Amino acid sequence: MPLWKPDPTFYPSPRQAVTAPAEKLAYVAAFDRSAEKPDAIAVLDVDETSDSYGRVVGWTDLPYRGDELHHFGWNACSSALCPAAPHPHVERRYLIVPGLRSSRIYVLDTKDDPRAPKLVRTIEPAELAKAGYSRPHTVHCGPEGIYVSNLGGADGADGPGGIALLDHDSFDVLGAWEIDRGPQYFGYDFWWHLTRDVLVTSEWGTPSMIEDGLVGELLLGREYGHAIHFFDLRRRRHLQTLDLGDQHQMVLELRPAHDPTKEYGFVGVVVSVEDLSASVWVWHRQDDGTFGIRKVIDIPAEPADAADLPPILQPFGAVPPLVTDIDLSVDDRYLYVSAWGIGKLLQYDVSDPFAPRLTGEVRLGGIVTRAAHPAAPDERLAGGPQMVEVSRDGRRVYITNSLYGAWDDQFYPDGVGAWAARLDVDLDNGGLTPDARFFPHGDEFRGLRVHQTRLQGGDASSDSYCFP
Amino acid sequence: MSWLAIATLAGLGAFHGLNPGMGWLFAVAIGLQERSALAVLRALVPIAAGHALSVFAVAGLIEVLRSVLATRVVAIAGGVVMVGFGLWRALSKRHFAWAGMRLHGWQLTGWSFLMSSVHGAGLMLVPVLVANPPPGVHQDHALHAPSDPGALLWQGLAATTVHTVAMVAVAGAVGLLVYRILGLEVLRKAWVNLDLVWAVALIGSGAAAVALTL
Repeated sequence: MPLWKPDPTFYPSPRQAVTAPAEKLAYVAAFDRSAEKPDAIAVLDVDETSDSYGRVVGWTDLPYRGDELHHFGWNACSSALCPAAPHPHVERRYLIVPGLRSSRIYVLDTKDDPRAPKLVRTIEPAELAKAGYSRPHTVHCGPEGIYVSNLGGADGADGPGGIALLDHDSFDVLGAWEIDRGPQYFGYDFWWHLTRDVLVTSEWGTPSMIEDGLVGELLLGREYGHAIHFFDLRRRRHLQTLDLGDQHQMVLELRPAHDPTKEYGFVGVVVSVEDLSASVWVWHRQDDGTFGIRKVIDIPAEPADAADLPPILQPFGAVPPLVTDIDLSVDDRYLYVSAWGIGKLLQYDVSDPFAPRLTGEVRLGGIVTRAAHPAAPDERLAGGPQMVEVSRDGRRVYITNSLYGAWDDQFYPDGVGAWAARLDVDLDNGGLTPDARFFPHGDEFRGLRVHQTRLQGGDASSDSYCFP
Repeated sequence: MSWLAIATLAGLGAFHGLNPGMGWLFAVAIGLQERSALAVLRALVPIAAGHALSVFAVAGLIEVLRSVLATRVVAIAGGVVMVGFGLWRALSKRHFAWAGMRLHGWQLTGWSFLMSSVHGAGLMLVPVLVANPPPGVHQDHALHAPSDPGALLWQGLAATTVHTVAMVAVAGAVGLLVYRILGLEVLRKAWVNLDLVWAVALIGSGAAAVALTL
């Protein structure tokens, strides 16, 4: 039944979204690497005033095993207020949850019992194959429906990856989104400048390049993705490729400015094969109308004793920072950068996107450092800050520690464990402090690994806005 | 056209103008993007043109049909179509899907034409059009006599003009009010589900058109 007033979690502009009330629940994608138990969505209590604050208070087990839950998103968000096709009386209630390994997509209803989302629809791989894709990844709610990016092709084809369009209401797979993909072949993340009719995609690799772990020869052969692509969002046609240089391997998360009058965005690069550094780049519209891109953050590798390193890194004698996720606060002021290899979450003031200023950092885990959390100071933490989610008001940052099953095993061979943490942000001066009361870890997650977090009502990477 | 017909056409125009989906919201978005109140008004010109085209497509058709068929038949058929359309609007969960915000000139006209058409904007005028006696025909015979198609088309055009002027005046006023004074917060508070209201209006006036002519 449609609503009489717009869904209260929709905001016309990012300026209004930052006034949103604090979230009370968080949803976390949890998966069993051994595929012996079903994957699940874990529900975290993130209400500071609650007795169960910082604990897992609900689970929704999925019916199959081996899905490898990864990223997920909402059926509807603030983009429903966009004026070209307004439909603000739909509800933000369904989580669209892809299995990255199984190619199944689950639809969970959070409305009746937000602590125990109910499975209402399973989109089987064969249905996704109608769009020509497999290995679904990023989910965004947009003007023509629900957009899902994919890493692989259908019916055994390794590629190309691309975007499938799902119906807003029935969740039926409508088909491939692209009409002309140009030279784009690798898929990973995507997002857009909605008011400028521009869609941006990034590149990781095809299923065969990632599913059994990072392939050293492919990496040193510079064969993973190293470009981003711009598409005309309306005509669904490829416009431009920006190649960062083939030394910059794996161009992952895309975070465009939330302010719809701005045409720039940040993208993280996992590793440079020249010096194992990681980097963050800014794409931006140039005077001639094309997009340009510039490296604005460089994070060097940290030297390490080979004895402390996993086999995959021993030949290099250094720990790569491995920037695997970045997230931009809704007010476009702070950029959070996960350095999963060295176990750091970095906060930059990006008021001037071309001149980021480091304003805070927290060490947790890390391949060599194994930095502990203040809530468990004696515990050597494996994994590192990986997926980052920022609350709409920008005051709280949530992190989880698993990257991707097969890759966790290579970089943390003695076990990546499972933990989530909340960091409190000093909005005025910058700075990050781990919350000692918030550290669900280990058995709390029933032996599953934890990947992405979504906040109830929306978060910094879930909504896009058409009004400044 | 009677004063009552003119007032009803203008009232429906105001009703359409009030609907954020019909154009003022798009105009405000364009104004905010260009940081100009003038841009809000400028965008409403092609939007009004698209709305007028959509309305005239229906009004013109109704009037042409009246030149070959008895108005009673046109009224009943029009009313049935309205009820059916209204039911579809009320029961269908699908919403208008459109990607693309950088629209200029005729593109914005095209968008507005489609938006108005899928919402049945022109259909809503049917009861007024068929209640209006054809030019030169006395009210008492209005439901029976076919009439001159040219004169009827002019009448459809006049109805469209009255309707569109009211629509764009209200849309412009609301757009400027939101742009300058109320701000976007009003969207969250005051944007009631007009799609439902429209569906009910279509069903109600369609049924009325049928009932009154039977």
